[in-house]
Amino acid sequence: MSVLNEFKAVATGMWTTFRSIFEKPITYQYPEVKRPVRTRFKGRHVLERYENGLERCIGCSLCSAACPADAIFVESEENTDEVRFSPGERYASTYEINMLRCIYCGYCEDACPTEAIVLGDNYELSFTSRSDAIYDKNMLLVPVPEGGAPTPQEVEPGAFDRSVPDMEDPID
Amino acid sequence: MDTALLLEWVIKGAILTLILVTGFAYTTLYERKLLAKIQVRIGPNRVGPGGWLQPAADGIKLIFKEELIPARADKILFVVAPVITVIPALVIMAVVPWGSTVQMFGREIFLGVGDINVGVLYIMSVASIAVYGITLAGWSSNNKYAMMGGLRSAAQMVSYELALGLSFVPPIMLAGGMGVGEIVKAQENVWFVVWQPIGFLIFLIAALAEVNRAPFDMPEAEQELTAGYHTEYSGMKFALFFMAEYIKMVAVSAIGASLYFGGYLGPFVDRLPWLGPIYLFIKILIGLGLMIWIRATLPRIRYDRLMAFGWKVLLPLSLANVFITAIIIVAIG
Repeated sequence: MSVLNEFKAVATGMWTTFRSIFEKPITYQYPEVKRPVRTRFKGRHVLERYENGLERCIGCSLCSAACPADAIFVESEENTDEVRFSPGERYASTYEINMLRCIYCGYCEDACPTEAIVLGDNYELSFTSRSDAIYDKNMLLVPVPEGGAPTPQEVEPGAFDRSVPDMEDPID
Repeated sequence: MDTALLLEWVIKGAILTLILVTGFAYTTLYERKLLAKIQVRIGPNRVGPGGWLQPAADGIKLIFKEELIPARADKILFVVAPVITVIPALVIMAVVPWGSTVQMFGREIFLGVGDINVGVLYIMSVASIAVYGITLAGWSSNNKYAMMGGLRSAAQMVSYELALGLSFVPPIMLAGGMGVGEIVKAQENVWFVVWQPIGFLIFLIAALAEVNRAPFDMPEAEQELTAGYHTEYSGMKFALFFMAEYIKMVAVSAIGASLYFGGYLGPFVDRLPWLGPIYLFIKILIGLGLMIWIRATLPRIRYDRLMAFGWKVLLPLSLANVFITAIIIVAIG
């Protein structure tokens, strides 16, 4: 009896939807409850520091070159041992990311020779004007770690002559 | 006719209209909440405690929206169409009694606006007027999607109104009268759904098609017609279409409850007549819940199948149902 089968099909569907009324909602009440992001989530960028507080960014502009959306602007200047921002010769005096252009592809992360720029966990980026969408270096830099000193630092001559540190295989 | 009677009618009419308009607002909330439950979501819960002020927020939003009239639209029809749709939806409930009579202000007051002796016919004829509004809205919009939606709705309503009309006939025959009040009173011992399960099924399907609810929401099939007949409508004019649809849902639930589920009747209602409206309200809530549940479950059926089902299955079935019911009534006496 095909008619009976049709009725059975409808009844099965109705029963399925009826059962789901008693399931617990899976909704996250967003502004109050935030869903934890995945380990490889690509959120807003951060500029990392070394343990001693020096900036990892050496102002090489490789991120800017790798950026397919042309969102990153870097200007670099020379480090001296009296005014030192990062190890090696140069540091980024200007570092700006236009968050309206960024597509969060993570190429900048891949291009960076010092693992200075990392796409972090923050996804709550909303702006009220275009100029607010441009994040400068102060907004991107992470706070100085414990035991470190803020940049610029005055260091003893010849202690930081390498721009690119020895690095292990990248982790998440 | 004395002035007090006139005043009584005006007050009852105003109360019914107010209840329906409020009911419309809260039917939308009910639908969103229940649909969310079925889809394992939470639903609106931001405006007011538990989202209870959401309809008010929606209404305010719609009032402040821009009213657009498309270029080269038929302006008069474009403005009149929502009104033609919403007025029948509002007046259709007038013949459904909410209860028996109560003593108030020293007079017998009948709970219900007007229980006329051809109530069922009135329902049929008024419900048919609403289709003009929808078709005219589609026609006057000067938009091909709206036009298609309007035409579909005309075709669909003509097809399903036959079955709907025939599904009204068994309760009329069982009660021996056309007034909704008479039909309700005839169900004092047994609800008609017990004698007429097929009749109720036909009524349910045809009523869903009549009020353009899923799975028969052809006139506004989003995937094919953007929004169907109300594609070009915005602001309060759109709200009127929305209102008509939801008030018709309430009305259809009330009519279904009265014809097949004993209307305002229930335990102790003969001693406490004020229980009548409460019983009817509960029955309407269950009816609305059923419609929302069906919407959450069944996908929209294809247009040609909709027409084939209406003409080749539903109409013969309802005719056979009426025929067999008539024979049994004559045989038993």
